[in-house]
Formats: sequence, C-alpha cells, structure tokens
Amino acid sequence: MNGLAAAFAIARKDLRTEWRTKESLNASVSFAIVILVLFSFAFDLDREERLAISGGLLWLVYAFAGALIVNRSFARELPNDCLDILIASPAPPWAVFIGKAAACFFLLLLVELISLPVFGLFYNIRWIGSFFSLLLVIALATWGITVVGTAFSAVTVNVRLRELMLPVLLYPLLIPLLIGAMELTTGLLNGNAVLSDIRLLIVFDVVYTSLAIMLIEFILVI
Amino acid sequence: MVAASADRVWKYFGDYPALRGATIEVRQGACVALIGRNGAGKTTLLRILASLSKPSKGEVTLLGLSTRSPEARRRIGYLGHGIGVYDDLSAFENLTLFGQLAGVSDPKEAANKALERVGLIRVKEGLAREFSRGMRQRLAIARAFLHDPDLLLLDEPFTSLDDRAIAVLQELLAAARARGSTIVMSTHQLREAMELATDVALLERGRMVFAGPSTPEMVLDPGWLYRTYGEQQA
Repeated sequence: MNGLAAAFAIARKDLRTEWRTKESLNASVSFAIVILVLFSFAFDLDREERLAISGGLLWLVYAFAGALIVNRSFARELPNDCLDILIASPAPPWAVFIGKAAACFFLLLLVELISLPVFGLFYNIRWIGSFFSLLLVIALATWGITVVGTAFSAVTVNVRLRELMLPVLLYPLLIPLLIGAMELTTGLLNGNAVLSDIRLLIVFDVVYTSLAIMLIEFILVI
Repeated sequence: MVAASADRVWKYFGDYPALRGATIEVRQGACVALIGRNGAGKTTLLRILASLSKPSKGEVTLLGLSTRSPEARRRIGYLGHGIGVYDDLSAFENLTLFGQLAGVSDPKEAANKALERVGLIRVKEGLAREFSRGMRQRLAIARAFLHDPDLLLLDEPFTSLDDRAIAVLQELLAAARARGSTIVMSTHQLREAMELATDVALLERGRMVFAGPSTPEMVLDPGWLYRTYGEQQA
C-alpha cells in the first residue's frame, strides 16, 4: 500500500470514529459559537470597530477551537494501544501524520464553516461577497494550525497533562500564521485585502508540513 | 536463515537499563518462548523487535532487514498488552483498516476470512466496544494474524484469555507454524509455552542468560531453567 492510500485510510478512520463519538466536534462547535455570541453581547461596538476586530476575533476563536480538535488527534490512539499497531504497520510514519492532520483539517474546517454564519449574524458583517477569498485564507491557515497541532499532539501523546501542554507548545509557534490570517481576514471583510500577503500562509504551511513529515518518525518511535 | 536477531542490545529508560546487552538469534520457523520474571525486559525486547522502540545501543534486524523498513513491518504480526483495535469501529471496519495498512491485496476478503476463523463473522458489523472481553480478544488475535505474517511477536498472548480465545489462538499458532512462520512469544505460563516452543530464551534483569533449543528437562520441569540459569546461579 502506498503512503497516500494509507494516509487516506487513517483520515477516513479518524473522521468515522469522530462522527460516531463527536467527542471533539461537539466541544469545538459549542466553544466557537458560545465565544462569538458572548463577545457580541459583551462589547457595544459600532460598525467600523466591528470590522476592525473581525479578523482577530475570528482567528482567536478558530485557534482555540482548533486546539480542542488537535488535542484528540493522537490521544484517540491511546485506548487499547492502537498507536502501537499504527507504528508497527508498514504505513510510513509520514502517512500516519498526514492522515491524522487531514482529519483534523476537515473537522476544524467544519467548525469554522458552522461558526461563520453565526459571526455574520451577531456582528452584522457580510462575508458572502468575499466568500471564496475568505475560504482560501481559512483553508491555508487551518492547514497550518492542524499541521503544527497534530505534530504537537504526537509529541504530547504520552504526557500526563497533555491537555495543558499542547496549547503551551502550540500557540507561540502559531503567532506568525495567526497574525497573517487575522490581517487578511480583516482586509477581506473590509474590502481592502492584499491577497499577495497570502504568501506568508503558504510559506508557513510548506515549512511546517515539511518539518513535521521529516521529524514524525523520531517523535513516534523513541 | 535468521528471522530476527538482536545483537548486544541495550535500552535505557532515563538512567535505568531495561536491557543490558541482550543477544538473541531466532532462526526461521522457530517458536521461541521468551521467559523471565516481571521487569526482566521481555516486553522491551519485543517492542524493539516490533520496531515500536529504538535500542539505545546494539543492532536489531528482522528477516535480514532493518526493523523500521516497510518490508520488515509488512511481514510481522504483533500482539501486545493492549488489544490494538478501535472501540468505535465495527469488527469488519477494524480488520479492513488493518488489512489496508498491512498492504493486503483484498482487505475486505481478508477481514471476512479472519472473522470467520475467530468465530466473529456473525457479529462483524457490531462495534468493538459492544463486544464481550473474550470477543474483543479474539478480534485482537484476528488482527495480528490477518496478513499471514512471517514473524509473529506476541507479548504474553495467553494471559487473561477465555477458553475459546485460547483455543482460537492455539489453532492459529499451529497453522502459522505449519506455514513456516516464526514465532517469538513472551510468557509467564511456562507449561503451555514449553509445549509449543522449539526454543527458549531466558531474560534476567535485562540480560539474556540462556537462549537455545527446548530440552526434555524444560518440558517436564519448567522451573528447571530458572534454577539452572537464573539469578541465583549468576
């Protein structure tokens, strides 16, 4: 079996088990919607202020919701020692990693697409007109979050306090990605985005995906 | 031909050496009972052979290949302490997934055959978490034998199995041996192990103090090995 087919099988397995248990999806969707709704009541902002904070607010919510998703990525393999069976299988370690990152990507993308209309409704911001540009930014930044998050999920899988350790390790590395995504999103919602800034997201994704693929065997087999 | 070899293997956990220069050579077709007291290093050695852990020092090869080579991993079957199946997948989904990962040409057919062999075909659509303990153990056994591996690495395979699972495992082990597969199993059940084993390896505090063919003395009196080569003799 080639690596891509193994990655696809692992991603499908993760999505199937998540769909049956909804253990991280429910928590992540609830968190994103509650934070967006609470913030809309907590601050009395005019339209310009709302537009100015829109990108920052969205990406903070997505980053925290993403941590809830990626936290379960490798932890899902712990019951019954399933991680051992994945590592001992002929599937290349990079395929295991890519499969898990892809499953997290689709789950977080789903959370984001569910919470986007809630954001538009409660903040009275129209995003439909720039939906496809916004989707590109969301997809690139979400891949960055899930790649770094899945790698650290593997690093912390055997750590007792992994739910606390993961955000501590994850967020500092995500700072450049989140700043780029926040600026692009705010620009798109204001109608003055410079899409060439998307290069930062592309470079981040390429660098961290390559690093994770190169290092994952050393992380998993100790 | 050598199916598995560990040459002066050391493994440290922090400062503690779980293995201290353990050496073993397993010839193809052999059935090796890896015995030793709790903490002797049996699980550590099996995990290194199964490519789940790297030795701190020493060389390990499987079927003449590096333990981390995909070809070596394709040819091993591993049954560890955990059952290694997903609770939220059905028995059939579990085995199809592992068949795909093991590179089996028709994973669905292999899954059906394996479920038939362990007597779970009628409940193949049931989720693993809904199974009884004995059924889960049989599913784990089916998973380890699914791809007809050339080398089986079994960590205390008979521990806490029910009678039916023991019968299934013995049947599959006999079939594997008839096929020419090599078996390395750690165990505390000396009498059962001696009946199956062609070779015996005794680990004491991380050192391999005996490795060789099983003899009539061992079969008649499993404690003989400990008394002859065990710690008090060192």
